[in-house]
Amino acid sequence: MSILVNKDTKIIVQGLTGKTGTFHTEQALNYFGTKMVAGVHPKKGGETWSSGVECAAELPIFANVKEAKDATGATASVIYVPPAGAAAAIIEAIDAGVEFITCITEGIPVVDMVKVKQRLENSDSRLLGPNCPGVLTPEECKIGIMPGSIFKKGSVGIVSRSGTLTYEAVFQTTNEGLGQTTAVGIGGDPVKGTEFIDVLDLFLDDPETESIIMIGEIGGSAEEDAAEWLKEQAKKGRKKPMVGFIAGRTAPPGRTMGHAGAVISGGKGGAEDKIAAMESAGIRVSPSPASLGTTLVDLLKGK
Amino acid sequence: MNIHEYQAKALLKEYGAPVADGLPIFSADEAGAVAEKLGGPLWVVKSQIHAGGRGKGKFKEESAGEKGGVRLAFSKEEVIEFVGQMLGATLVTNQTGEAGKQVNRIYIEDGADIDRELYLSILVDRTSGRVAFVVSTEGGMDIEAVAEETPDKILTVPINPDAGVTADNAIALCDALKLEGTARDDGMHLFPILYKAFVEKDMSLLEINPLIVMENQRLRVLDAKVSFDGNALFRHPDVMALRDKTEEDAKEIEASKYDLAYVALDGNIGCMVNGAGLAMATMDIIKLYGAEPANFLDVGGGASVEKVTAAFKIITSDPNVKGILVNIFGGIMRCDVIAQGVLTAVQEVGLEVPLVVRLEGTRVEEGKKLIAESDLNVIPADDLNDAAQKIVAAVKGA
Repeated sequence: MSILVNKDTKIIVQGLTGKTGTFHTEQALNYFGTKMVAGVHPKKGGETWSSGVECAAELPIFANVKEAKDATGATASVIYVPPAGAAAAIIEAIDAGVEFITCITEGIPVVDMVKVKQRLENSDSRLLGPNCPGVLTPEECKIGIMPGSIFKKGSVGIVSRSGTLTYEAVFQTTNEGLGQTTAVGIGGDPVKGTEFIDVLDLFLDDPETESIIMIGEIGGSAEEDAAEWLKEQAKKGRKKPMVGFIAGRTAPPGRTMGHAGAVISGGKGGAEDKIAAMESAGIRVSPSPASLGTTLVDLLKGK
Repeated sequence: MNIHEYQAKALLKEYGAPVADGLPIFSADEAGAVAEKLGGPLWVVKSQIHAGGRGKGKFKEESAGEKGGVRLAFSKEEVIEFVGQMLGATLVTNQTGEAGKQVNRIYIEDGADIDRELYLSILVDRTSGRVAFVVSTEGGMDIEAVAEETPDKILTVPINPDAGVTADNAIALCDALKLEGTARDDGMHLFPILYKAFVEKDMSLLEINPLIVMENQRLRVLDAKVSFDGNALFRHPDVMALRDKTEEDAKEIEASKYDLAYVALDGNIGCMVNGAGLAMATMDIIKLYGAEPANFLDVGGGASVEKVTAAFKIITSDPNVKGILVNIFGGIMRCDVIAQGVLTAVQEVGLEVPLVVRLEGTRVEEGKKLIAESDLNVIPADDLNDAAQKIVAAVKGA
């Protein structure tokens, strides 16, 4: 089992014809034949996209998401549209009834995301991101920009606000022989679709996910909220071994550290509070980003 | 991006918010004419720097006098005297750090008779995913202290983006601020104006501390701090024009030209990393092994050779840097591009400090090969732990 995506997930690409969309669609097609089924471009409907890589795939391009969905039966979309048009692309996917939307785009104005969030709340769609690396279920499906070569099918569920730290967690659990069920990058923006709690809920339900790595960073209170939620779940008997990490212990207050959401403001959102919250929920917090795998192995061995 | 108080007030005035008459000056010889134009009898002479705590701040120079960065003047002569003392002097506040900030602009405005001081800010509330008002009757104070000591005196009102500020929202804000009579009428009018300015101009923070009730029971914006969402500046050239580069670190300005996320820090190990989380974690692990990072630098996804070269130049331009750690885990970012960028930069600017490079992810073999085949003195590392230990050891051994 896995969460969110599997070998049967059919995916539409919004922003396929650009350089980034093309590169990562080729990578996805080459990753165990991820079912990328169509592209969307308002002015190129009816044309065909061709991959330059060995598999030499061709994908039909539709003028809008609705047409692409109706013609292919896709339930998911991935968005590589530049920031100025990305919020509109998400809303188009919501309006077309796409069940699972992943937005990779970094740099969407937060006011636009506030409007998207409102639209999401009145829909049945789930949004992952924006400003995220996507989601990957090993040997089945790759949506987004994670490097497939470091994954291994296995038992660890990974959820992270940071793209590259997701890769660290994947790489280290692969090296330890544990492998992953699914890795989910929820993204570094302050207003986003899927939060930690949503993903943790899915991992706790997934029988093949035996342990979880959760990676947070400074800014906001999503880690604290998740820790509180985990405590409530544990009382109901829903609990799995968890390792955590928080990036930004050395970040100065008031400065935005790359991610729009990574800023300690008004004395809130510092790393120490988040680490304390995680520990109080029974999460073993790794002192170093290089020790995520070994910390999990120790935890599973009862050390 | 931050702007000065006088710029924020001018912007809010355009939207119809009540602010005092005032004028900015850039040189001392303008002071007399401005004081004359405003007319008095009370003037407020305010240092314009991008940091809070100005009123309680102290100038480094004795010639600037004992008073803080915001002064009340009761005559034109006093306005001229204060401007002469403050302009060009270095103001140290609880937000500037010990180095302080040079005052290059001064704002002179009409004084007001204050009955009550209130707090109002608008920000993006992550929990609700909405733009929200935060208000308190405890104005003029450090809101963080109020939140700590008397959280019940702070009210947060999230705004539905489809509806905007409703009458119910405005009434809730008036009630929380205990506004009555004329002040209440002003409030009902003001709150939607402020929300409109926030959303239309893509602000990330609008803080009015204090918002005052004057003795005549009218509301007035007495101080204003505005920050803009950097991701939305592309659609606001008018806002971009308000940028004051003298308030920014030269290296950070250079980095912004190349769309690099860079924050200058105090340590001596320069970092070049892809991804904000990994860049922060790289700083953290350097600290864990007993050294200090000189910067945060995220080269981002899809960086070009030119961008990586620029990043490398910015890092080496910092005289404190005694060693460099390049840590790349490629997703979007291809390791061969990073490797080529580093090699190009080193050829251009030279390399006088130890350089540790750790590459992993997309096209890692090509990247490692490029580095290995060059004749540069690069220390390769296998993983993040190894990389951090190697650079800390190299810097300490130097």
